[in-house]
Amino acid sequence: MGSGHPPGHRSRGRESDSSHPSGDRAIVLPGEEIPSDGLRPGSGTYRVHGKVYASVLGLVTPRPLFVQVVPLSGRYIPKAGDVVIGTVTDVQGTFWLLDIGAPRWAPLHMTGTPWNIEIGETDRYLRVGDAVAVRVENLEATGRIGVTMVGDGLGRLEGGTLISVSAARIPRVIGRGGSMIQSIQRLTGARLTVGQNGRVWVDGTAEAIGRVRQALRIIDLDGHRPGLTERIQTLLGSRPPDVTVPRLPAPPADREMSIPDDDVSEAPDGP
Amino acid sequence: MSEEITADILTTHILDLAANGKRMDGRGADEYRPISVEIGFVTTADGSALARIGDTAVLSGIKLEPGKPFPDTPNAGVLTTNAELIPLSSPTFEPGPPQPWAIEVSRVVDRAIRAAEAVDLTKLCVTPGEKTWVCYVDIHVLDHSGNLIDAAMLAALAALHHATLPSKRFGIGEADTPLDVQHSPVECTFVRLGDAIVVDPAFEEERAAQGRLTVATDETGRIVAMQKGLVGAFSPDDVRATVERAFHHGERLRAVARKGGTL
Amino acid sequence: MGNVGAKEVPVLLSPDGIRVDGRRLDELRPLRIVAGPLHRADGSAFVEWGANKVMAAVYGPREVHPRHLQQNNKAIVQCKYNMAAFSVDERKRPGLDRRSQEISKVIAEAFESVIFAEEYPRTSIDVYIEVLQANAGTRCAGLVAASVALADAGIPMADLVPAVAVGKVAGQLVLDLNKAEDNFGEADVPMALVPQSGRLVLLQMEGHMTREELSRALDMGVKGCHVIYEKMKAALRDRYSTARPTEVPA
Repeated sequence: MGSGHPPGHRSRGRESDSSHPSGDRAIVLPGEEIPSDGLRPGSGTYRVHGKVYASVLGLVTPRPLFVQVVPLSGRYIPKAGDVVIGTVTDVQGTFWLLDIGAPRWAPLHMTGTPWNIEIGETDRYLRVGDAVAVRVENLEATGRIGVTMVGDGLGRLEGGTLISVSAARIPRVIGRGGSMIQSIQRLTGARLTVGQNGRVWVDGTAEAIGRVRQALRIIDLDGHRPGLTERIQTLLGSRPPDVTVPRLPAPPADREMSIPDDDVSEAPDGP
Repeated sequence: MSEEITADILTTHILDLAANGKRMDGRGADEYRPISVEIGFVTTADGSALARIGDTAVLSGIKLEPGKPFPDTPNAGVLTTNAELIPLSSPTFEPGPPQPWAIEVSRVVDRAIRAAEAVDLTKLCVTPGEKTWVCYVDIHVLDHSGNLIDAAMLAALAALHHATLPSKRFGIGEADTPLDVQHSPVECTFVRLGDAIVVDPAFEEERAAQGRLTVATDETGRIVAMQKGLVGAFSPDDVRATVERAFHHGERLRAVARKGGTL
Repeated sequence: MGNVGAKEVPVLLSPDGIRVDGRRLDELRPLRIVAGPLHRADGSAFVEWGANKVMAAVYGPREVHPRHLQQNNKAIVQCKYNMAAFSVDERKRPGLDRRSQEISKVIAEAFESVIFAEEYPRTSIDVYIEVLQANAGTRCAGLVAASVALADAGIPMADLVPAVAVGKVAGQLVLDLNKAEDNFGEADVPMALVPQSGRLVLLQMEGHMTREELSRALDMGVKGCHVIYEKMKAALRDRYSTARPTEVPA
């Protein structure tokens, strides 16, 4: 894989893994102190009297300048740049409201679409019940989530269906460098668009969709255990059907921090 | 809380699958999700049971207390059914007085118990016109993943079978005796998905459904309650066919309600 | 408490300090916690504590309804504690009662004291506690269940919040009252602790105590809370650990 593990990551991960190959990987709970090594407190942590504590149930994830706890559960918390899949829940004169499974609904303004829309004509383009892929642009202090539908791979989703997994599992659905999602597509013939918010759009034959559903269910329930890649390959069978599927671009490197090292499908980094 | 909006493509997918005789979780049109009944879950109740159908979980507790009979039925006991769709079981259930969904579940289960005469109310009478046992059937939905009616009825029936009259405690008798349950009604719910009518709707199937039909049957071959719900329609032939299917499912449901265990 | 004029007060403590259920003065009832048993809720927990059975669920953070309740700078924390009709010996009529409303309020305030609500303005964090079977200490059992459910839901907090009640029985302080002790004892002091800061976020008293007794009761309760805290953590670790097997149909 090679792109951008921050210094110190492998040594932290390996410390717990080497003695317990299938043991817990530094799961912390709210209120537990985290050794910070001078790093500043990032998301999922708080500092009191110079000590850093976890504020959510998750995995300790050191970064170059700060230490984070990435949650293992809970609703999707939006981050700028995330591609998410939402359902239109309300239509107003100049915008639509999207349910993206986050703490708040996300307003999509009519100017955030590739269409030239007159005020009051919004319902001609998107209606309640439509599924859309959008990108999170900005998060305001008021909690407002700004999204846009302008960009590659974004827009109204037609056909296919939506399958939900826990948002915390999405890195495993994608896999290192996109390896898991590419395996699933190759072995089933289905086409997938993965939302960081835990919603996956799947298109293909009914049989292909059914097999993807089974694979996603295993990842959702058992994604934290080692040996996932083999399990999925066994489930889906190693012979792909005769359908070519376009490869998706690899997701940004910082999405992959919660993937256990023992599931690497490429050569590991140096010591 | 506002009603959750389901994506249209999910609904279309469910209907497309149904048109080809398939369902999202791979079940057949006449297949229930895994069923389990745990008897005696709550010891403060006089009878109790926790019923699960798939991820749906419903708890029922029976309480028996002495009370006065109704003036127009001096020789009969009193039985009343109350279902609570408590907010912890689903994001769209609000705290407060029962919403129409809860009232419907209560009344459909109550009708089945009453019409089947699951409990002989005259046997609950202690002193005609003055004192009778009042049997409270309380139903608490804990996890809503579709098909609350069937799960509620299973839990209530199992709880009734498990119940004892607390005669000693209330000074009405020398010993506590089991509540006499003489008939065993079960409910069997179907939904229409396009032209297909499938049993035991999972949560998303209920959202996509174009009508819901519940048929309650007892072990003597009688139909003891019916309810058409949701928005949609069924022809008389649909109803006849569904009734036959309900009888077919009834035996297995009854068996697990009486003895507990897993189906 | 409230047994003035009762006909028969049972003997609650043997001469060698053994309680009616065989426990020592500072011994907790058996406690079992399961994290995440419910599928629809964002977080959930089931607690079996002595003869108590309590289920808790958390939804949120989510949009606030009705809108006028929302706060512009933080999430609101709403809590509803309720007892099922069949959870007590004498059937409880469904619906609001004043005791449940008070308990709901003090529990909500306990959690508001630890939740980092400013991270989610204009949202609501909804905590639901349902007592399925009651045997004294239901508000503590409910708090423990709700605290685990909040962690299961990924809600950011300073710490988990263990809770326990200390009582006075036959003149002695006892930890974790059972029903007989609650009915016929002289005091009941439920408390909830934030281990990270060492501070209490819930504290109530029914009955009477001297200042010296209260001081010792606080120590006894805090010690009990630390034991419960470890069980809460173990339940969450168990749910999320890599060693836990899951049965997934092939």
